[in-house]
Amino acid sequence: MTISTDIRVRVADVETVATDVKRFRFVALDGSPMPDFSGGAHTVVTMPDGDHVRRNPYSLMGSPFDGSSYQISVLRTQTSRGGSHYMHDHVRRGSELQISQPLNLFPIDRRARRHFLIAGGIGITPFLAMAIQLEREAQPFELHYAMRAQSRGAYLNQLRERYGHRVHTYFDDAGQQLPLQRLLNGQPLGTHLYVCGPAAMIDWVLKSARDAGWPDQNVHHERFLAPPGGKPFTIELARSKKSITVGEHQSMLEAVEAAGVDAPYLCRGGACGQCETNVTSCNGKLIHNDHYLVDEDKASGKKIMICVSRIAGSSIVLDL
Amino acid sequence: MGLIFKNETYRDDFTFSNSREAVWRFPFPFHEDKYMYVVNIEPHVPGPKGTAYEFPIDIDEHYVSDMRDRALVLQEDPLRCQSLPHMITAEWDLFELLMTSMANDYPEHFTLTRDGDRWHWINRPMNIEQEFIFGDVATLPYRPMEYITRQCQGDFCLLDQRDGNLWMDSGIVSSQADWSLDFDIGMSFMEWHAPVPLAHERGVFDRALKFLLNLQQGRPVRRLNWTMTINPRLDTSPENYHKWGVDRTTVTPQNVGEKVHLRVELQGLWRLPRSNAIVFSIRAYMINMDDIATVPKWRRRLPRVLKTLPPEIAAYKGLTRYQQMTIDWLSKFDDGAPTSPGCGPE
Repeated sequence: MTISTDIRVRVADVETVATDVKRFRFVALDGSPMPDFSGGAHTVVTMPDGDHVRRNPYSLMGSPFDGSSYQISVLRTQTSRGGSHYMHDHVRRGSELQISQPLNLFPIDRRARRHFLIAGGIGITPFLAMAIQLEREAQPFELHYAMRAQSRGAYLNQLRERYGHRVHTYFDDAGQQLPLQRLLNGQPLGTHLYVCGPAAMIDWVLKSARDAGWPDQNVHHERFLAPPGGKPFTIELARSKKSITVGEHQSMLEAVEAAGVDAPYLCRGGACGQCETNVTSCNGKLIHNDHYLVDEDKASGKKIMICVSRIAGSSIVLDL
Repeated sequence: MGLIFKNETYRDDFTFSNSREAVWRFPFPFHEDKYMYVVNIEPHVPGPKGTAYEFPIDIDEHYVSDMRDRALVLQEDPLRCQSLPHMITAEWDLFELLMTSMANDYPEHFTLTRDGDRWHWINRPMNIEQEFIFGDVATLPYRPMEYITRQCQGDFCLLDQRDGNLWMDSGIVSSQADWSLDFDIGMSFMEWHAPVPLAHERGVFDRALKFLLNLQQGRPVRRLNWTMTINPRLDTSPENYHKWGVDRTTVTPQNVGEKVHLRVELQGLWRLPRSNAIVFSIRAYMINMDDIATVPKWRRRLPRVLKTLPPEIAAYKGLTRYQQMTIDWLSKFDDGAPTSPGCGPE
């Protein structure tokens, strides 16, 4: 049984903060303060889109110490499965939504002597809260923020005003590139690196850091994966004795929930491990899209993360 | 109605005892008549009125004496309270959790007034009043964890979460069942659990770690653990083994009822908000066999459980030497009648 500790919220403001980026501010419906959180945390927003329930994770970007409201920023993506379009087109001031308790899969490592933050585009959001917390805890940090164009740089002025020379910006359309090699080589011992942004950027930073000799424990990243679509297939739920179909643009978790079966989840982005499910049998090939299972587990064919993974084939039997 | 605090000792003359109410609210840990190693984690939600689970932090009739014993332990051995430098945010998180819980659930004994970061705390049973700035260590007489845990029953460990593991990087441990914070500080979850027999083979700690790494804010959990202690001694630490180890040789068939105590730990786990650390609380309750014998269900069940205890577990808990004597003593009260399900007294 899942005990719901979700928070019912009302949208207090919506503001366009950059091209295709809107900021939403939530206050609790019952007027109680929002829980404090830690920089890097996210919340899962539940969107009632007709007969479809969407749930997407978004980084909390306001002050971790301001219980009056929560803020998230949503980029309208071309490849959206519907979540960002729903937020942009249907959610306005006064709308009511349900959000989860904060969850942090991208926490600050407090043993660090120094924090080196790299953001790409909308990947800036977790760093907004992190920077507030680092400043308050008197931790040295520098933030490098790369974006396609100045017009797409959400919170650029606010960051420059607050943190001055600790903020460095790079605009693709001006031919500026993050001097990653030089930055990686120039950090003092004890520095921790954090990166959030497009998948290709994260891969580039992680590989470059490893090549430059950075210990894995000093390198942190966050990537939320939208569940990739694919051909429909059938799930047999062994314990609930149900047979359900997973649609082209639906995840297994969403299909299971739509069938009224309570499956555990937290991040819905293939990172936290909460939705790990045992595979009884599979008529097809498992397509593992998560960042959680180790290669050995993936190869075993016995486990699958139903929030982002699916199968190429006709049917799968799950222990649910 | 306020609590009436007893004046008693956990050392030397051992005047500790449980009132009738304390016996009936004792968190008896066995839900059936045999021993089973189970992880038995459940949501730490408010329990029935008058039980040890009624509030998130339980304060009882032993509060003032518990705190006096803790002060004595810390005076003799300051290393019972240690915190690595990166844990200061977690310390403040714990400070807030304990202060707000105590003030909220025991308003006749504790009062907290907050005006932004300016806080005013009143602890009536201990006659303490403190005005300070939340977040400013210099405005308190101790660091935040030590300050508040000198005023709150139970041991507390702060676990940092990083690299897919939990690290015991901070804590105050003065009423422990034979383990040492000074030894374990800085260790990972698997390292500090290494001495526990049988459970590793069953993958218990792999599953428990996975569960805890995803412990959510707003959803604390609890479990019960137990052992036995000779004489009502809170500080059964390895550091002081020379003082209490020998007590095990003093049990005789004549003094079992008075000397042998069932010691139950109510363990709570909370995700802390600003630090993303976890607090692990270990609150010890003790009850002697004379008091167990006053509760028909428990006096039947306890000897039956002790008979089925695997030898490895008995040795780990340190009760091998007096296990049979205790079973024999308790069995006099076991009429063989069936027991009702659940842990409660009836």
